[in-house]
Amino acid sequence: MECAIQIKHVTKTFGAVAANKDVTMDIYKGEILALLGENGSGKTTLLNMIAGIYYPDEGEILVNGRPVEIRSPKDAYDLKIGMIHQHFKLVDVFTATENIALGLESKEKFDLKQVRKRAEEICKKYHFEMDFDQKVYAMSVSQKQTLEIIKALFRGADILILDEPTAVLTPQETEKLFHVIRNMKADGKSVVIITHKLHEVLAISDRVSILRKGEYVGSVKTAEADEGLLTEMMVGQRVALNIERPEPVNPVKRLEVRNISVVSEEGVQVLADISFDVYGGEILGIAGVSGNGQKELLEAIAGLQPVAEGGSIKYYNGAEGSEPPMEVVGKNPRIIRNAGIHMSFVPEDRLGMGLVGSMGMTGNMMLKSYDRGRGFLTDRKKPQDLAESIMKELGVVTPGVNTPVSRLSGGNVQKVLVGREISESPIVLMTAYAVRGLDINTSYTIYDLLNRQKKKGVAVIYVGEDLDVLLELCDRILVLCGGRVSGILDGRKAAKEEVGLLMTGRDLSLRRQNLQSTGG
Amino acid sequence: MSNLIAWIIRAVPFGTIIMYGAMGEILTEKSGNLNLGVPGIMYLGGFAGFASAFYYENNAAAPNAFVCVLLSFVCCVAASMLGGLIYSFLTITLRANQNVTGLALTTFGMGIANFFGVFILNGKSYTAAPLANSAYAHKIPFLSGLGVVGQTVFGYGFLVYGAIVLAVALHIFLNRTRAGLNLRAVGENPATADAAGISVTRYKYLATCIGAGISGIGGMYYVLDYNSGIWATTGQIEALGWLAVALVIFTTWRPLNAIWGAYLFGMLYWLYQFLPSLLGFTVASYVTDLIQMVPYVVTIVVLIISSLHRKKENQPPAHLGLAYFREER
Amino acid sequence: MSDTQIREPLLRVVKRDQAAMRQKIAARAGAILLALILDALFIFFVTGLNPFSVYGVMFQGTFGTKIRFSWAMRDLVSLLCIGIALAPAFKMRFWNVGAEGQVLMGGLMTALIMVYWGDKLPMPVLFLVMLFTSIAVGAVWGLIPAFFKAKWKTNETLFTLMMNYVATSFVACAVNIMRGQASSLGKLNMGSRAGWFPMVFGQRYNINIIVVILLTFAMYFYLKYTKHGYEISVVGESENTARYAGINVTRVILRTMAISGAISGLCGFLIVCGRDQTISTTTAGGNGFTAIIVAWLAKFNTFYMALIAFLLVFLQKGAAEIASAYSLNDYAASIITGIILFCILGSEFFINYKVIFRRERRAK
Repeated sequence: MECAIQIKHVTKTFGAVAANKDVTMDIYKGEILALLGENGSGKTTLLNMIAGIYYPDEGEILVNGRPVEIRSPKDAYDLKIGMIHQHFKLVDVFTATENIALGLESKEKFDLKQVRKRAEEICKKYHFEMDFDQKVYAMSVSQKQTLEIIKALFRGADILILDEPTAVLTPQETEKLFHVIRNMKADGKSVVIITHKLHEVLAISDRVSILRKGEYVGSVKTAEADEGLLTEMMVGQRVALNIERPEPVNPVKRLEVRNISVVSEEGVQVLADISFDVYGGEILGIAGVSGNGQKELLEAIAGLQPVAEGGSIKYYNGAEGSEPPMEVVGKNPRIIRNAGIHMSFVPEDRLGMGLVGSMGMTGNMMLKSYDRGRGFLTDRKKPQDLAESIMKELGVVTPGVNTPVSRLSGGNVQKVLVGREISESPIVLMTAYAVRGLDINTSYTIYDLLNRQKKKGVAVIYVGEDLDVLLELCDRILVLCGGRVSGILDGRKAAKEEVGLLMTGRDLSLRRQNLQSTGG
Repeated sequence: MSNLIAWIIRAVPFGTIIMYGAMGEILTEKSGNLNLGVPGIMYLGGFAGFASAFYYENNAAAPNAFVCVLLSFVCCVAASMLGGLIYSFLTITLRANQNVTGLALTTFGMGIANFFGVFILNGKSYTAAPLANSAYAHKIPFLSGLGVVGQTVFGYGFLVYGAIVLAVALHIFLNRTRAGLNLRAVGENPATADAAGISVTRYKYLATCIGAGISGIGGMYYVLDYNSGIWATTGQIEALGWLAVALVIFTTWRPLNAIWGAYLFGMLYWLYQFLPSLLGFTVASYVTDLIQMVPYVVTIVVLIISSLHRKKENQPPAHLGLAYFREER
Repeated sequence: MSDTQIREPLLRVVKRDQAAMRQKIAARAGAILLALILDALFIFFVTGLNPFSVYGVMFQGTFGTKIRFSWAMRDLVSLLCIGIALAPAFKMRFWNVGAEGQVLMGGLMTALIMVYWGDKLPMPVLFLVMLFTSIAVGAVWGLIPAFFKAKWKTNETLFTLMMNYVATSFVACAVNIMRGQASSLGKLNMGSRAGWFPMVFGQRYNINIIVVILLTFAMYFYLKYTKHGYEISVVGESENTARYAGINVTRVILRTMAISGAISGLCGFLIVCGRDQTISTTTAGGNGFTAIIVAWLAKFNTFYMALIAFLLVFLQKGAAEIASAYSLNDYAASIITGIILFCILGSEFFINYKVIFRRERRAK
């Protein structure tokens, strides 16, 4: 097969970290290639070099057999390479048409109507739907992605790179996207998908190339691959997803969430009428496509989101009936803390919310306790001791407890955060995407820490994105869709497909009816 | 009535000074650069324009008004763009903090203008360039003689009309051209612009330097027309520069709003002199000092109102004040 | 390889992990050296004088006589005091560009009380009243933009900038009333000297110097070791983290800006009582803006601020000395200051980033 792109001995380092080490691989013409690897394995960095975002430290890149210099995204476009980034590169206050016209170079007169006409033709060809007068800030994630693809095609891209395109899509939207990708392949284009989801690799790609810790491992034809082989190549050794799941012992109600609704600052209803209970000694998983209210739900419980009138969150310090429950709604985190509510929260945005990046471990240990004690001054002794013990117990790799945590690797940052939250001896522990971006070993360390808390009788809430993990780790799984609870399932009995369907908001009973009607 | 006319005749030229300053700054800020060096740039432009006209008038055998205008205009724009270039190099290439660099530029520009200005003054408290003044302040022939309308609409120097034309041109540039679209993208989201193949650095440099050139014309207009071609060591241009920055906010970054906004500011500025007599009473001079704050207070009110509404279209360019570095992780 | 003719960018810029102390000092020293060379060129081409002898004269500006040094210290503390006032605000990433106005308002209150109550109140009470009102008014001037920033995220850079001119108007108005028919205001209470600082070690402004030295230590301590200082760091780093920690962001913003404005107001009080004994729209003299640069370059460390403020005052005094020695004018100081600020600002780049040349990569 003819090569569209050849990557030869490419190395890229950021500071002391090597994101790509001596990578050599090919992308063929007219194929769908999946670039597989764990989070942090250097997939995005590698393809960013082809798209002109980064410049390689060493090595060379050949397009259609010719050595090329890709110094900027413009160079990439000139070589007919288009990349759809995970964080969309769109201007919020521009319309769809304006975004497409952005950066176009042409001898012709600047004419947005002409641009729009051509874009509409592309839409027709690949069956997209797009309102070209809509401003980007009013679009859904899926619409933005569609716009990005139209943009790349508009520029005549022959090689399309999609960075984790399905991460933010519902299964239905994903199916639609795959359909489009197949259309593009049929049109003779090369498509590269960056992903770490095996089933998607198997569903869509012709060939798979695998990266591990920044290094190229190898490529296989998808037809000859299975999940086991790919996992092995991806993680280096066969790892069964054997997450421990002890039976809940003596579950006691700890949280009683009733009719929670949240309206965002932009006036959008992000949570509607949420009710559920959380028990001590269990892990309650929360599943859903990201952006369906998970963040707001945890923040509401933590006192960070104003809850609409009528909602209530009751916290039980002792067993139900032994002590009157305490109301959480209407309190800020400090008042919650001072009221004697033992609640810990590992937020999704570790450095932007959970920690202060420019401070060391010691400074970060103080975050929730700096105001303790009388007087005007802070006490640094206790936090320093705590920092040192967490460093030892969780094996945090850092030059010192006063090194800014923003300079630690993702896994170590998370250990610092989780370590601090657990050290507060919580009764309720909430975690949002606790293992996102972490390597497998650190992920297991985190699962283990959560299970230990569970065995201690802590009520653990685990918001996750990997359904396999949710199904193996959690006792119960609450599924959110469009800000509503679309179902609460038993983690031991639920099927993956069931969770997936609830995530898209399809009522199971309805589906069964449909199945019956089509079957009958 | 005659008072109102006199008021308008004062307000329009005043508005023109800050309109140039503001239009230059709008262009600059659309690229994401918050240049607080506008007062310094207006000093540079004003001084360079005056100095070149002054030397030409005093040294040429038979000074020609057209050459005088051309020369001073070119010198003004060149000096202002040089100021913009210093700012651009520091903030774009060297990624220095924009606020601090802008303030340093204001100090620097004021220093240059007044330092060299003292040489031209040569011991006098002021000095003039009458030829340049008469050329810049030349009213539109015939039309300006047509009664009230002629006085209030056609009775100004050509730079007044130039400013209006420029505002319209700027509006068309920003909203109807490819380069304008690209520029707005650079100020809103440079990473996106970069990914679309737009040279962020080039757009920022060009917008900032050309913007500085436009702002500088405001300084020159002040000296050669508004101030009757008189140069004196003064802090007045600095105050005008800050007022221009205020006007940018007032217009919510739209050049067309700058036209009426600038005249409104002019009316407000001269409020203290004309309103009392218009209403038929006199006020103490200290009250007039208080009225001077009205344009600033109005700007503050606009700032507050626009932040209350949070309408996406009325906000400053999203990346205003921040440096862009492609490989940021 | 030779005939494919690959073009690589001549130089690329990458972010530095963390600069070593040595690199930081080298970058700063290089910047100051470059500034001295540029200034020397400027002096030479404008005046035709030998730059070295000019620098010698400049040195005399600060160190020539005892009294000159004393004056330099007086001006240094005026600048440093505002820098100290800005430190907590900047650490919170609140761009307080309004110190000029906050100083003016503080000075204005002091002057008004001095004039109208100077002969009515006993001296200690008079000083207390002046002190507290100037602090209070400075705080209010800081609180107004802070309130809108905290509540509706109103852009504080532009807001505080505008507040300066509102303050200028107030001062102009008050001066106008106080001077009456006279052409200028002159020193206040010239006869009774009520409200003037007493002589300490031979100068009234020595009280200013003492107060500002104390403030330098106090602010350093406040930012580094107190709960308030911790809250300021967290809010400055990320508002989300602050909310997560249960810090009342609004309260911290208001409190910090009140402190920032209060110290600026105090500075106005010191200037009027200790240095000028009068008020005018130029009482702050642009120090409110210069102090922004001082505070920023010192990265909120009050001791570094003292060093940078000294450098700037040294240049200003030196330029004034040149001006009188060679019959130039004082504005040379602004130019020389501008050049040195540009150089130091530019040098930050070499601390935060690393430039890689094409050859270096080949050599690998």
